[in-house]
Amino acid sequence: MPKKIRVLIAKPGLDGHDRGAKVVARALRDAGMEVIYTGLHQTPEQIVETAIQEDVDHIGLSLLSGAHMTLIPRVLELMKTNNMEDVTLSAGGIIPDEEAEMLKAQGVVGVYGPGTPTQEIVDFIKNTVKRK
Amino acid sequence: MTEQNNEVSALAERLESGDRRAAARIISMLEDNDTGARDIIKAIYPKTGKAHIVGITGPPGAGKSTLADKLTRAVRASGRSVGVVAVDPTSPFTGGALLGDRVRMQDHFTDPEVFIRSMATRGWLGGLAKATKDVVKVMDAMGKDVIFVETVGAGQSEVSIIQAAHTSIVVEMPGLGDDIQAIKAGIMEIGDIFVVNKSDRADSARTVSEREMMLDLNQSKAAWRPPVLQTVARDNKGIEELLVKIDEHMVHLRDSGQLDDYFKKQVRAEFEDLLREELAKYMLEEYTAKNVLEKVLEKLERRELDPYSAVQQLMEPLCKK
Repeated sequence: MPKKIRVLIAKPGLDGHDRGAKVVARALRDAGMEVIYTGLHQTPEQIVETAIQEDVDHIGLSLLSGAHMTLIPRVLELMKTNNMEDVTLSAGGIIPDEEAEMLKAQGVVGVYGPGTPTQEIVDFIKNTVKRK
Repeated sequence: MTEQNNEVSALAERLESGDRRAAARIISMLEDNDTGARDIIKAIYPKTGKAHIVGITGPPGAGKSTLADKLTRAVRASGRSVGVVAVDPTSPFTGGALLGDRVRMQDHFTDPEVFIRSMATRGWLGGLAKATKDVVKVMDAMGKDVIFVETVGAGQSEVSIIQAAHTSIVVEMPGLGDDIQAIKAGIMEIGDIFVVNKSDRADSARTVSEREMMLDLNQSKAAWRPPVLQTVARDNKGIEELLVKIDEHMVHLRDSGQLDDYFKKQVRAEFEDLLREELAKYMLEEYTAKNVLEKVLEKLERRELDPYSAVQQLMEPLCKK
C-alpha cells in the first residue's frame, strides 16, 4: 500500500478567518491526502506537538494577522528542538514578498499568497514531502 | 533485514519510555501496513491489556469529540493518563480524508500525559479503521490508563466498536428519530452507557424516556442495566456523572468475570481475523503464481463454474491430510 501523505493545516495566533485554511484543507483532501485540521487560535507549541503525535509529513500554516514574523520562526525553532528534520513547513496568507524571502531563508519551503491556485499547492506539497 | 529489526526494537524501546515521536511513527507503520509493523506488535504485545478502553459512538454531530475532550479533562483531573484515537472517514473517491476531531480537543495538545491520534478509515467499514485496534495497543503499551476510541459518525450498523472497547458509549441528541428507531437492532443494542448530549435542547426528556423504555423492554436479566445520562458536553455538564458510570462499568466487568470473557473473545476474534486474512492472501498468491487463479476466473466468467465449487476445488489440496 502506498504511504499516505499526512498534512497538518493549522492557524497560529489570533486571527479568526479560516476560510483559506479550509479551502486548502479540502483541496489536499481531494488530492488523496489525509489532512488534520485543528481549528483556530493555535500556539506554536500546540501546532508542533500535534504534528509530532499525528506523524505528519508537512505542516501548512495560515496567517492573516500580520504576526507571521513572530509565530513562524517560533514554529521552526520548536521543530528543530524536536529533531523534525523530515517534516516540511509552508505558510499561506498575507505575507509581503520580502518577508516571504526571509522566512524561506529560515527554512519555510513554500509561501502562498492570495489567489494561488490550489493545484499549485497540491503539487508543491507532493513534490516537497520528504519520504520517510 | 537485521537493520530493520534493530530499528523496530529501538522504536519499541523508545515507546516504552513514553517517547511520543516513536509512538507516532509506530502508529503510521501500522496504518500503512509497513513490513516492520507486525514486529512492533510482537514486541509490545506482552505490555498490553492494562488500559481501560472506552468507545464513543453515535451519529455525526452528536458531540462525540466534545465529549471525548471533556471526558479527557475529567480523567486527567483524577490523575490518570489518557489516549484518544479519533476516527474520521476516508473519501471513497479520492482516498483523502479530513480529520477534524482535534478541533474540539485543543486544551490537551500540550499535556504530556495525553496522546491523541486522528485516523482515517481507509476504506474500512464498521466505524473504525483496520489498524484502530493495533493503535490502541500502542497507546496501551505507552502506559495510558484510559483510551477513548471515537468512531466515525455512525449510522445504524457501525458496531465494530464493541470488539475494540471494554465500555461502549452511544451518544445521541434530542429529536433524532422516535421510539421505533430506539428498538431497532444494531447500534441501539451496543451501548453499555447511553448519553443524550445537547440535553439543554427541547425534547431531551422524551429522548431519555424512550431510551429507558427500550432498555426496560430488554428481556435478559443482565446484571448491568445500561444507564441513560444527560449531558451538555459544550458546557461541561454531566461529565463527572458520566465518568463515574464509566468507572463503575469497569468494576462491574471485573467483578462479574465478564472482563475475562471479553479478553477471551477479543483474542479469538483477532486471531481468526488475522488467520483468515493471511490464509486468503497466501492462497491468492499461490494460485496466481501457478496460473490457476486466472483459469478459474475465466470459467466463472463463462458461467461454466460457480463460485462455491471454485472455492471448494481450490481448497481441496489444503483439506487433504
